[in-house]
Amino acid sequence: MLEIQNLWKTFNPGTVNEKAALQGVNLTLNDGDFVTVIGSNGAGKSTLLNAVAGVFLADQGSIRLDGMDMTSLPEHRRASGIGRVFQDPMMGTAATMQIVENLALAARRGQFRGLRRGITRQEKEQYREQLRTLELGLEDRLTTKVGLLSGGQRQALTLLMATLRRPKLLLLDEHTAALDPATAAKVLSLTDKIVSEHSLTTLMITHNMKDAIAHGNRLIMMNEGKIIFDVAGEEKANLTKADLLQKFADLSGGGLESDRMLLN
Amino acid sequence: MLDFIGALPGAVSQGLIWGIMAIGVYITYKILDIADLTVDGSFCTGGATFVVLYAMGANIWLALLASLLVGMLAGLVTGILHTACGIPAILSGILTQLALWSVNLAIMGMKANVAINVIDKANLDRLLVSLRFVQDVAKGTRPFYRHPIFVVGLFTLGIIAVLYWFFGTELGASLRATGANDKMARAQGINTNVGRVLGLMISNGLVALSGALLSQYQSFADSSMGKGAIVIGLAAVIIGDVLLGRLFRNFGLRLLAVSIGSIIYYVVIQAVVSLSNINTNYLKLISAVIVALFLSVPYWKGKYFVKHPQHGKEAAPHA
Repeated sequence: MLEIQNLWKTFNPGTVNEKAALQGVNLTLNDGDFVTVIGSNGAGKSTLLNAVAGVFLADQGSIRLDGMDMTSLPEHRRASGIGRVFQDPMMGTAATMQIVENLALAARRGQFRGLRRGITRQEKEQYREQLRTLELGLEDRLTTKVGLLSGGQRQALTLLMATLRRPKLLLLDEHTAALDPATAAKVLSLTDKIVSEHSLTTLMITHNMKDAIAHGNRLIMMNEGKIIFDVAGEEKANLTKADLLQKFADLSGGGLESDRMLLN
Repeated sequence: MLDFIGALPGAVSQGLIWGIMAIGVYITYKILDIADLTVDGSFCTGGATFVVLYAMGANIWLALLASLLVGMLAGLVTGILHTACGIPAILSGILTQLALWSVNLAIMGMKANVAINVIDKANLDRLLVSLRFVQDVAKGTRPFYRHPIFVVGLFTLGIIAVLYWFFGTELGASLRATGANDKMARAQGINTNVGRVLGLMISNGLVALSGALLSQYQSFADSSMGKGAIVIGLAAVIIGDVLLGRLFRNFGLRLLAVSIGSIIYYVVIQAVVSLSNINTNYLKLISAVIVALFLSVPYWKGKYFVKHPQHGKEAAPHA
């Protein structure tokens, strides 16, 4: 269970670039919740995910995961319970390392790294099987450097890495935005499969309202650093794009939709 | 020409010794993606520590170990300046290097150089490597296995074996991940600050060990012996990569390529000195120009020689 209470974050305080990115966010995710996050550019979606992941410390408020207070833990310590996939396919993997080496790094997330072998033969076989489930043919390219893979392959691999050790929380930051539509659809269906298989608690940012409606059991809309709409279950499943746009116009005090949201 | 051939074994020996330093540079420059300028200082720290301890009658292995440790300490300082104090890596290295200038002089008792007494035959015999052994082996007064090429070659292979093992461990892999993509490394629970500090320590430990071997080889340590070391290290890394990079894919072989790159560098320098009448004062200028050229080539290739614009999001394989 993820509990976020009254979270605030201001970037560049006291300068002309001051940006109050989070303005008192309250959010509780129950175990197994798959929440999609929408909102226009600058609404604070990525800031929220990064604050939870510990990329920076929040100015105020608290973050608890499964009862553990993570508010002041550094990023690498929080990682033991959190799996992440980024928007940029280059971001989630080490390009100069092999596919299996990347997986081996992920398999040791949250564990002490000592002088034992970085990867065992037994592990390699295990990874081969897990790569097979991606259906991308990566199981035959175990020692290929990740830098040689396509963006879609890298995102699928990052997703596998993020969930290799079952995380308490999975953070997906527009992880299909940089992919072509067909690849994006494939990575999304893979996401659905993995999340439902392990009933992972998930936060997924998307700019695509159709995806936001079609995936997950709950949807939140952000605007100017606040959550302005939170809907779950049946009501969420029955939403349409038009509903969301209307909601957004009503709640944000005027049609402030970004072009990207309208295009979707 | 005869002059050059006669000087060849000495040049190869020196190249091997500096090759150990270059392997240290490889760890920071290639694996951690940090240009660490500490080496110009820590190279001399290693040499000075060794000579002073040896002159005091310390066991040669203990003196070498001490050099390794003081080098690691220098790396630790740079690492802390960089990670805990948030100073950019290059500047951290420069600060440590500057501080080491004073430290090195202090180690040498505030003298610009200290020497090992090699006139004393017992003292000379106890050394692992010496310039004099090159001639002695040639004359047949010493067995071949006392030749610096043989001894330093074994050292190099041992160091490569240990590094090969280390970078295959969980800890070593986390260091490589830190250098390859620190954001990803942190997302996988790796403390990238610890990785950077540890990498800098290992690197400077090797650099200081190399300095200790060089001062042993030439039988003295000098406060300016490390000047330009980073450039020589980079030259060796680049020469090894350019000449053998396509052939040597394995990590251990890549380290060997660095050592070979260093040997080639010294042989070429020796050739320039022997075959032309150039004033040796120009050697550093020549080295700097060569390294600058080699570092520019990949950039120019990308900028001016791309014939077909690349489409799509595929990443270029990292060389």
